[in-house]
Amino acid sequence: MLPAPLDPLASSLFSLTAIATLLLAFVMLGSRWLDNYLYAFAAQSWAIAALGAAVGYFAQAPDLYLIAALTALFRGLVLPYLIWRMIRRLQIARELHETLRPASALVVGALAVIFSLFVSHALAGPLGLGGTVAILALTVMMATVLIGFLMLAIRTEAVSQIFGLLVLENGVRLGAQILIPGMPLLIELVILADVLAAVACLGVLVRYLLTQFGTASTAGLKRLVG
Amino acid sequence: MVGALLLVLVAAPALAALGCTAVRPGQAAALNLAASVVGFAAAVPLTVLSRGGPYHYWDGWVIFDGPGGWVVLCAAVVYLLSSIYAIGYMPLVGEDERLPSFYALFAGFALAILVSPLMNNAAIYWIAIELTTLVSTFLIAFERAAESIEAAWKYIVIVSTGISLALFGTVLFYWNGSFLLGPTYNMTWDALRQAAPGMNPTLAVLAFLLVLVGYGTKVGLAPMHTWLPDAHSESPAPISAMLSGALLNAAMLGIVRYLAIADATKAGALPRLALVALGALSLLIAALFIVRQHSIKRLMAYSSVEHMGVIALGFGFGGPFGVAGALYHMLNHSLNKSLMFFGAGNMMRSYGSKEIADIRAVPQRFPVQAALWLAGAAAITGAPPFGLFLSELVVLRAGFERSFAWAAYVMAVLLIVVFIGFLSHFRAMYFDPVADAGASAPMRSPGGWCVAPMVLALMPILVFGLWWPQPMWEFFRETAALLSGAGR
Repeated sequence: MLPAPLDPLASSLFSLTAIATLLLAFVMLGSRWLDNYLYAFAAQSWAIAALGAAVGYFAQAPDLYLIAALTALFRGLVLPYLIWRMIRRLQIARELHETLRPASALVVGALAVIFSLFVSHALAGPLGLGGTVAILALTVMMATVLIGFLMLAIRTEAVSQIFGLLVLENGVRLGAQILIPGMPLLIELVILADVLAAVACLGVLVRYLLTQFGTASTAGLKRLVG
Repeated sequence: MVGALLLVLVAAPALAALGCTAVRPGQAAALNLAASVVGFAAAVPLTVLSRGGPYHYWDGWVIFDGPGGWVVLCAAVVYLLSSIYAIGYMPLVGEDERLPSFYALFAGFALAILVSPLMNNAAIYWIAIELTTLVSTFLIAFERAAESIEAAWKYIVIVSTGISLALFGTVLFYWNGSFLLGPTYNMTWDALRQAAPGMNPTLAVLAFLLVLVGYGTKVGLAPMHTWLPDAHSESPAPISAMLSGALLNAAMLGIVRYLAIADATKAGALPRLALVALGALSLLIAALFIVRQHSIKRLMAYSSVEHMGVIALGFGFGGPFGVAGALYHMLNHSLNKSLMFFGAGNMMRSYGSKEIADIRAVPQRFPVQAALWLAGAAAITGAPPFGLFLSELVVLRAGFERSFAWAAYVMAVLLIVVFIGFLSHFRAMYFDPVADAGASAPMRSPGGWCVAPMVLALMPILVFGLWWPQPMWEFFRETAALLSGAGR
């Protein structure tokens, strides 16, 4: 566990990576191009891995180095590679039919951050953690999850929706790094494997979509209603 | 003894899942059936033995207790019935060369459902539930029609999103516990329960709400139910039964266990109120969609939303009556909904349509099945003398006793609406005149494999409606005590 009065250096490092994660989520929110999503997601995963390593260093928990390395490897390299291949095969470069323009989406995203700030500050008092990095982590975690939801809701390309899910997961992952660094290693490993399996399944479904509908846009999935 | 039986319970579908890919199609079906028979044979004594529990295995990673044992029993029953039914039904789908992989996935799906109630660690339970999603996606998409793929895509995206929220809630629960138990601890249900009185109540409420919405998505509670009608209506009928009768209960167990923890915190009545509100809303949404439904399988799917609402209300009301009613309703619903989906599958194949408007004059064409299906329809709408009447009555009574009278009134009114709406569709299918008399060519009747499980499902519902065994009542009472923290 992190020492209670946190080293100022540690505190600022954690804050920096957390804020970087949030900014990268906004990069994805404000763009139409699938390539931008891909790079921003990879960068976000690396930021989370760096954060994990930093937590490991300051909490003197060598386990966390392993997790950080695996996060960088799987979330930072393998997943982006899998999705890159998917994008290549689909021959699509950008989101075409978003229901909310990127500019408006950024504004809604900002509202989500304000909402998260409000919630986590309401919790800061009773927990006696006002002004600590834990509250910042909670804010970023909640905001990133909400932005993931937003991306899922306003985008129609199947690949964009996969990114929405991954951003959501990254948000939870980031919060978990700071709030509960002591989570048993086994569980971390299984969750990591699970995300990989989920993306593999989604990838197969995208192939089905493509053969059946001739496009990987989910805008046409309107048959089942009522 | 319990350990050995648990091993059998898990090993049977696991071996079937591995073996099905290696054998010929006909043998795969038989292998899956054998696994389900073995699983059922292990689950029945296990449920009886669970009264001596809770048992812990593998350094406390595996738990076997009353609530878990009951969900395992429901899942094993549905797995057995669906496996019998699949032998008759799956050849009609016309995908013979892919049947071995279907049965492998089927057994894998059953395995994931049977394993999840046994998980003692909240995070591992989360993973088990997520695994059920990944496996069942391909079962839903099995027919590869445009509709099935649409349903599978919506299913995996909506449920994965929901389940991520459950992970969020799990992280917050772990964090909340770490103020008392230190940074590294085994996040068992018991550990959380014991730490609960010292947890921060505000954070506990937030965490519970996230978990409720997360697992509630998987249970199909409104307004997170939107994947359910699609997935249930587009998957092959045996899978519809598994989704409805087995999977939803397994996810409900997570909510129940977290509710017990939230009760032990100083969070007050809000967690219970949230569950009751979602249950009532599910009933409302289901009632509205049942009345105006046009597709036979979607009708059954919305009925699942309705019954999950009833079960949520039962657990939300709490107390011995609430828990007993909800658990009893789980088993009755599992049996009954299997029967209904089997009947719907048979009709869909015989008439070549899912539309209620195309299915007419059922009793003249299929007298035996018509009688079974109609009895099932009466049972599922809560008419006596079937088990669901009894369990719904107990849930209602719990609502009046536990100061949730408003919810009990809402439930009673909506159950009547569902009764009228649901049976009016059956009236149309059974007694409305056939529009086009020339089209009444003789139809191929589904074989005995498709009818036998309907009989097997109906018998216990009838028995449970007439006779509530005393040991079962005692089992429910002990489980209710266990969940409210008074037992062991």
